[in-house]
Amino acid sequence: MKSLEELKAIKAKMQDKVTLRTSSAQTRVVVGMATCGIAAGARPVLAAFVEGINEAGLSDNVIVTQTGCIGICQYEPVVEVFNGEEKVTYVKMTAERAKEVIEKHIKGGKVVTEYTIGDTAK
Amino acid sequence: MDELSLYVLDITMNSVRAGADAISVTICEEGDWLDFTVTDNGCGMTEEQVKKLTDPFFTTRKTRKVGLGIPFLTMLAEMTGGFVRITSTHESVSDDHGTTTHARFGRNHIDFIPLGDMIETVLTLIQGSPDINFTYTHKTDGGTVYLSCAELREILEDVPLNEPEVLAWIRENLREQYDAASAS
Repeated sequence: MKSLEELKAIKAKMQDKVTLRTSSAQTRVVVGMATCGIAAGARPVLAAFVEGINEAGLSDNVIVTQTGCIGICQYEPVVEVFNGEEKVTYVKMTAERAKEVIEKHIKGGKVVTEYTIGDTAK
Repeated sequence: MDELSLYVLDITMNSVRAGADAISVTICEEGDWLDFTVTDNGCGMTEEQVKKLTDPFFTTRKTRKVGLGIPFLTMLAEMTGGFVRITSTHESVSDDHGTTTHARFGRNHIDFIPLGDMIETVLTLIQGSPDINFTYTHKTDGGTVYLSCAELREILEDVPLNEPEVLAWIRENLREQYDAASAS
């Protein structure tokens, strides 16, 4: 059984890291989690970002958050990636596409244009 | 939405947006029925707002003009012989404010959709709102699965509940509880 002892060990390990992280996060991944997003499949997309960013060892620089409906329900699941002043809006996302965005955009710095709203709305 | 756990997520998100800091999600499977109840201490709704809830053209949001969460849920519950009951006390009426949503589904009805992955729903809620005290209780035929964020926080203190390692621990803990419940 996953014991509370194990949780205590996680706590001891994480304590110092956490304060460091909140001040150094540079990239923000925002997943729309209103009715429209959930119905379109946002839950596995969010999970793919949370797990993928952790596995890639990027969680010191990247935070994943949720938001409500941003008004473009027909394009859900919608994911916005903020980096400094720049914002990229990815639409009709899947868990597979999330992995690709982590690899190419968040890790590699190259926007995956074919999943952006600009390309999809054409 | 093809699993009930997504409806539970959607309804609980309403509690999050109502500014609640304590939300309890209870699922009870017994006999012919599956009941889920979400209770929060958020801002609550006025009587007039509660009356309009099943109207798809009523929503408090400003980004679009329709609200389908409650109408969807109501349709699904009634299709299986169940119901949705919502009681709410608005913060202007009492200090003891908040909303309770109770949905009942006929488990053996042909239109019943499976509960699906409640673990992912719980994790999504905690990931998005690590400061909210979620209490999760699922009474199955084989036993009860239980998680209290307040209890975890006593151990974690200032380590947020949405740290990936903590979320992974919660996932495993719930999975083991479900395994134990289905084995008995």
